[in-house]
Amino acid sequence: MKAPLRVIGTSFRKTDGMAKTTGRTLFADDLVLPGMLFAKILRSTRPHARILRIDTSRAERHAGVAAVLTGQAMPIRFGILPVSQDEHALAIDRVRYVGDPVAAVAAVDEDTAEEALRLIDVEYEDLPAIMSFEDAVRLADTRIHEDSQEGNLQKVVAMQFGETDQAIAGADVAFEDLVFYEGNTHLPMEQHAAAALFDGDGKLTLWSATQTPHYVHRALAKVLELRPSCVRVIATPNGGGFGGKSDPFSHEIVVSKLSMLTGRPVKITLTREEVFYCHRGRHPVTMWVRSGFTKEGRIAGLRFRTYLDGGAHGSYGVASTYYTGALQTVTYKVPAYTFEGARAFTNKPPCGPKRGHGTPQPRFALEIHMDKAAEKLGIDPIEIRRRNLVESNSVTANWLRIGSCGLAACMDAVEKGSNWKERHGKLPRGHGLGFAVSSYLSGAGLPIYWNDMPHSAVQLKLDRSGLVTAFCGAIDIGQGSDSVLAGIIAEILGIDPIRDIRLVMADTDLTPVDLGSYSSRVTLMMGNAAIQAAERAREQMLGPVSKKLGIPRERLIFAEGRVFDAEDPSKGCTFAEAVQIAEAAAGSIGSMGSYVPPRSPGRYKGAGVGPSPAYSFSACVVEAKVDPKTGWIEIPKVWIGHDIGRSINEMLVIGQVEGGVYMGLGEALMEEQTFRRNVHKIPSMLDYKSPTTLDMPEVVTYLIEDPDPNGPFGAKEAGQGPLLPVVPAVANAVYNAVGVRIDELPITPERVLKGLDLVAKGKPGRIGPVAVPKVDFPPPLRVRTPWEGGDGTAVKGETQVYRGQPS
Amino acid sequence: MMRNPKFRYVAPTSVDEALRVLADHGPEAMPIAGGTDLIPKMKRRQFEPKVVIGLSRLRELASIDGDPASGLVVGAGVTLAELRDNATVRQAYPAVSRTMSLIANPLIQNMGTIGGNLCLDTRCNYYDQTHSWRESIDFCMKKEGKICWVAPSSPRCWAVTSTDSAPLLIAMDARVTLRSVRGDREIPAGDLFRDDGMRWLDKEPDELLTAVRLPAVNGWRATYRKLRRRGSIDFPVLGVGAWARFEGDRVAEARIVLGAVGSRPHEVPEASSALIGRPLDADSIASAAEAAYARGKPLDNTDFMMNWRKRMIREYVTRALGDLGSPIPAA
Repeated sequence: MKAPLRVIGTSFRKTDGMAKTTGRTLFADDLVLPGMLFAKILRSTRPHARILRIDTSRAERHAGVAAVLTGQAMPIRFGILPVSQDEHALAIDRVRYVGDPVAAVAAVDEDTAEEALRLIDVEYEDLPAIMSFEDAVRLADTRIHEDSQEGNLQKVVAMQFGETDQAIAGADVAFEDLVFYEGNTHLPMEQHAAAALFDGDGKLTLWSATQTPHYVHRALAKVLELRPSCVRVIATPNGGGFGGKSDPFSHEIVVSKLSMLTGRPVKITLTREEVFYCHRGRHPVTMWVRSGFTKEGRIAGLRFRTYLDGGAHGSYGVASTYYTGALQTVTYKVPAYTFEGARAFTNKPPCGPKRGHGTPQPRFALEIHMDKAAEKLGIDPIEIRRRNLVESNSVTANWLRIGSCGLAACMDAVEKGSNWKERHGKLPRGHGLGFAVSSYLSGAGLPIYWNDMPHSAVQLKLDRSGLVTAFCGAIDIGQGSDSVLAGIIAEILGIDPIRDIRLVMADTDLTPVDLGSYSSRVTLMMGNAAIQAAERAREQMLGPVSKKLGIPRERLIFAEGRVFDAEDPSKGCTFAEAVQIAEAAAGSIGSMGSYVPPRSPGRYKGAGVGPSPAYSFSACVVEAKVDPKTGWIEIPKVWIGHDIGRSINEMLVIGQVEGGVYMGLGEALMEEQTFRRNVHKIPSMLDYKSPTTLDMPEVVTYLIEDPDPNGPFGAKEAGQGPLLPVVPAVANAVYNAVGVRIDELPITPERVLKGLDLVAKGKPGRIGPVAVPKVDFPPPLRVRTPWEGGDGTAVKGETQVYRGQPS
Repeated sequence: MMRNPKFRYVAPTSVDEALRVLADHGPEAMPIAGGTDLIPKMKRRQFEPKVVIGLSRLRELASIDGDPASGLVVGAGVTLAELRDNATVRQAYPAVSRTMSLIANPLIQNMGTIGGNLCLDTRCNYYDQTHSWRESIDFCMKKEGKICWVAPSSPRCWAVTSTDSAPLLIAMDARVTLRSVRGDREIPAGDLFRDDGMRWLDKEPDELLTAVRLPAVNGWRATYRKLRRRGSIDFPVLGVGAWARFEGDRVAEARIVLGAVGSRPHEVPEASSALIGRPLDADSIASAAEAAYARGKPLDNTDFMMNWRKRMIREYVTRALGDLGSPIPAA
């Protein structure tokens, strides 16, 4: 029998809250092992060059140096995606960006290692530096990687769902936009760090601040040519990840190899500057959007082109490219949709997945575009979105299955909260409101490497003391996934999430696989696995306890640390006694639960990116005050509604939403991963501008609970989605305040003032890109939409011919 | 993490002893007070002193003496937070207190000193970088290199003065005391600075800045306006110090000093002239702002675009002069 929820939905304390707030959490850099050596990595000072010679002899002779390592010792390539295994742990014959790892030293302390780095002589032969998408096209013969699709274009995709061009041509209003989203980085508080120990039994253990211990496990085994069963990866608590610790990294392989060479533990902690070089952050993306609307404001057709500046490696880039086209259809009903995307290699630190992975850029373009459509058609910006709102339990043009959708309620909440109807367009000059919506995945439908195994699993061991130990491969990166796990188990077994549960997490030797803390997947996938494990454990206890206490099993309730009779709560026993009864009757109590997402209806090439068991939805109103004399933008208040399905822990959800608002404001207003003289212009926490807590405006969060059948207790994601609408809502608010359209990020006072100058001269106050890079897209893969009677596969008989770039 | 280079640390217990140590070691030694400028720059190998002379034990540098009627003498070792919070300063020199609250953030105000802020190294985003970063652009003339990347054909370095206290103190006509074993000298605060990003202070290596003398309070008004990206932390990309003495409703004397748009804080006499003998009204303020705008020449080596920073001179001078005609908000 089920009792009312007692833990789920409350703001119970974070499982690691005390340790974190009292400074007692042990991060990777805190680890100290007997005889430990310290590693440092020598990095390229050239953006693009051949390595002619590396002489490490002086470094090897330096007192206190235990080992010096170069790329020759690790020739096997790796990378997060099977399709782009394009990284070496240390460069072998070529460096591809300033900051590319070239050699490494292990020494008795950091000072000695640093001194030794300066004794390594590297002779380079410079190659042309490719610093932009346009350079990549122009210098196609200077290939950064030999295995790119064409020249320096790593990936070019084109797909069409329905008769898009006809639909746009037949619409009442058609128009287009060019938009640019600047690259930016994650800026976690904790720098990446890792320690390795290759022990006397030939087994390797790596402790690392990683979001994806399972994928690091695979990469280590591959590059170091070790049996996977002899490699153990323990993810340490992450001091923030945001996607920046989701790849296997050079430094993780380097400390492992150095430990194998020296037989001693080896640790590395990157400097902040090195974290900027690891990057894997937001791609700079130039976008072209074209749409047709009916005069009632309904979308008739939509075309999207995206040009991603990928940096020096593949990383998640192929997925990022598809993501720039995937989720446009999840908020609005788009009857016909065409997407074309291209990713270029450039001589900059590799881009990858940052909070929202590939979707904030097109969302920024789309929400600006919707705002402009509303104005052209004389419809309120919120109303035009209502008219296009996607339906719950529907399938989109590109074959994504939408489950629950609480977007309408999110929109209502922020419309009411911000007093939109009374204030939008009615505030004095310089003061405005902007609106935007978005959607995000609660976990990707497919794993990173193709397999049919569970995406997450939870194992429980019940002790006769009443302790429940949970084993799971998921890693808490600060978002509170440990607390989600404890809360779910506590709810089902009726115990206390802090006192009665021990978590053993993210240790590839001890814990069943969870794919990692990325794509907002942990609450949904680990949560479902935890429900299954906890219900199985309860099931094992029900029979023996029912028999022993003489209470029918269907009347037994697990709550408040007891197992008792629903009809007479005084009749029962403690949870520990229940475990003892069950253990005496059936032997030790333990259980396993696992989760595999449902299959997506999409079957065409590229359909693997976008599907999710459940989509979260967000709506946001941003208030902006713009000083017409300086262009200065102040954001006094943000209202955000988020469809969470159901909160597992309300406080943690609000924390995630507010964190998303912070990060969105940073990207909207100031963050820039920019380069000058072929090098990162500002690789420091002071000079790379991001808002601090003191710069944050008031944020009003509305949690919309529309439980999704695929979510644990109905829960959906909160970690990434709430960032998405904030960025375009800022742009729309600035427009509403001063009539200037800033179609590129960041929205700075310089750009606003330039726009105001244009307005003063009687020109359109629009600042943004004026051209897109030259890419000849192939004819699109054609897929019939569900309403055209399609079956999710590509139309047969049409092969995709890639024409290559114009010469 | 980033590590300091090796150095010898000396902690004298009197100013005289400190001056002797400075004289003995010459340019190889650098004094350290709060360390908020020195330590990060040592870690980035911008400064590589062989000897670091700790000033924190010098009680002589840590006091605020005198009274507003005759002027205050502020020891160079007084922290920015102490100066911000000092009751006399808050009451009689509110602009000084408020300016201290605008420097970096409260944590740095707790560590940093007024002497340290005046002597702050000039800044440049080609220079405030690690050794390996600077190596990747083949260094710049301020450290290890040959050219100034801000203006590659220039024979000089264009690093930017970034002290917030100097524009205000110069406008107020504060004076600073420099001591050495060779003797002491007191100079106007403005004379401490040179228009050279590499040798930005008119101070010999054996000299120690020991005190700042604030002028007597006799009816003048002063203010400082700061432009930066984030109100929570950043260095200025423009600072405006303004000071005026009125006779009746007319400006009798005025000084306007621009910070963070050149290698030294510079006074703009043309802007002051535009005010003298006139009431502080929209017209006179606009003329002064225009004069200051014409003189400011920011370059592309800080946060924000230089053209916009230049335009902001007009607006920020206008705001600063507006302050002089209205009550100065407390810190």
